[in-house]
Amino acid sequence: MSTRDWLLDDSPATLTQANLGRAWRMFTALMRNPLAVAGFLIILLLLATALFAPWIAPESPVGQNLQARLLPPTAEHWMGTDELGRDIFSRVVYGSRITLMIVALVAVISAPLGLIIGAVAGYFGGWVDRILMGLTDVFLSLPKLILALAFVAALGPGIENAIIAIAITAWPAYARIARAETLTFRNAEYIQAVRLVGGSHSRIIFRHVLPLCTSSMIVRVTLDMAGIILTAAGLGFLGLGAQPPLPEWGAMISRGRTFILDQWWVATMPGFAIILVSLGFCFLGDGLRDVLDPKQGGEK
Amino acid sequence: MSSAAISLKDLDISYGDTKVVRDVTFDVATGESFALVGESGSGKSTVLKAIAGLAPEWTGEVSVLGKPRGHGTDRAFSETCQMVFQDPYASLHPRKTIDTVLSEPLAIHGIGKRSEKVVEMLGAVGLDQRFRFRFPHQLSGGQRQRVAIARALMLEPKVMLLDEPTSALDVSVQAEILNLLKRLRREQGLTYLMVTHNLPVVSFMCDRMAVMNKGRIVEIAPKTALYDGSFADPYTRDLYAASGGNPDADPVVAAASESKDPA
Repeated sequence: MSTRDWLLDDSPATLTQANLGRAWRMFTALMRNPLAVAGFLIILLLLATALFAPWIAPESPVGQNLQARLLPPTAEHWMGTDELGRDIFSRVVYGSRITLMIVALVAVISAPLGLIIGAVAGYFGGWVDRILMGLTDVFLSLPKLILALAFVAALGPGIENAIIAIAITAWPAYARIARAETLTFRNAEYIQAVRLVGGSHSRIIFRHVLPLCTSSMIVRVTLDMAGIILTAAGLGFLGLGAQPPLPEWGAMISRGRTFILDQWWVATMPGFAIILVSLGFCFLGDGLRDVLDPKQGGEK
Repeated sequence: MSSAAISLKDLDISYGDTKVVRDVTFDVATGESFALVGESGSGKSTVLKAIAGLAPEWTGEVSVLGKPRGHGTDRAFSETCQMVFQDPYASLHPRKTIDTVLSEPLAIHGIGKRSEKVVEMLGAVGLDQRFRFRFPHQLSGGQRQRVAIARALMLEPKVMLLDEPTSALDVSVQAEILNLLKRLRREQGLTYLMVTHNLPVVSFMCDRMAVMNKGRIVEIAPKTALYDGSFADPYTRDLYAASGGNPDADPVVAAASESKDPA
């Protein structure tokens, strides 16, 4: 029996096989969507670049060479050099690590936080709901970048603080979604059945409610990745995110602003990287939505 | 009354400010199969939910197997009394395999040998072992209802609350499920409290019935009344006339009675 038959077996023999089979079906559905494949490949490229940065980058991202300042793109320097003679291509390649770290950490901090707050609020309802959603509304009513700015200003500039600031501003949207999802099935019979067999509230929330919220959450987080990258780049651009000499893409654009009329490539190249990665996450998110959340997908 | 499996006295149930059930009083003897009949909205499912602890706003007295019930769900109670819901498409978690659904009650109550017990229970409700690791969407309605019944039986309760367990199913599947319930009751000595709007099902499954209308019980009658029409209350007589008289002529009951090999 081939692996594929094993995965698609109608009557799986173990729990692992059943779960892998479901994952495989989702993966093949995703791979039938060309845009999702494009997004998937871009994210894969980002991952590979971050992982193999020292082998891909021809030069050090911080090594200065003042003789070779502001050179236009050539065969030697694919994306030109910046005002300190650093190879922009190498910096963009190393910058993928920072971008990936920001995106991953923000997702890891804010998605579970939003999920749990939203699910608890939706499941219990009443005053728990009012308090938690009031808190969420306070955060939602402030513009994201401004709130992040305030946090960075309070905590001090730096990549770690930028991540914390973005995570703090990102969770309310997830809490809202998780709450709305939870409300639709908190009185469902399969939840009541768990209560009837004696399941505790925490068991119901973590084992039964959260798994149902995660698919829309994965979609939402993936779609938000672009926004997170842009916010991080925005903070970097304002000088409040990554500090020199870290090759953060937003900070690189900020440095290049001075020469934007004469040496366009200094600001443009990291800009391309931001656009490409944002686009990749958007495509992947759209594809994931069609697979994981068919009821919200576009009409086909 | 010590032999009563379920005893309700002056039970009033409300949802918010609306009182939906008033002055419900009846006893179900141990080992009996008792039906609650009535049209939609008469409050029969609400009575079941109150007993189960899912409709907490009630006053009066409810006791199950001699123990008074609290207003919510609790673990000790879950070992004595379980419920099967009406819609098998809504009562199984869409992301959990049958195996997970059936082992969960055991995990909650810290009972070991889960794998063996799941296998055994699948056999008892007439499901093939190949269904064990399927997801609910890979099962038909009747198979799902068997899983729901199996889940309710995992903790080996003595009292089962059945909320229209067949009304969401096809006629032929209804007969299978009725036969299954009948066999399980015989084998495990269960007490049934069954909600239905189908009088022929009552004659097939139950010993006695209470007829509800607008939140009140209008009459408690033995199932023989379904054959001779000896109902006292005018509403019950109308309901009986509307159901068409002789219960054995009903296609579901006919199919269920015909099959020699029950479920």
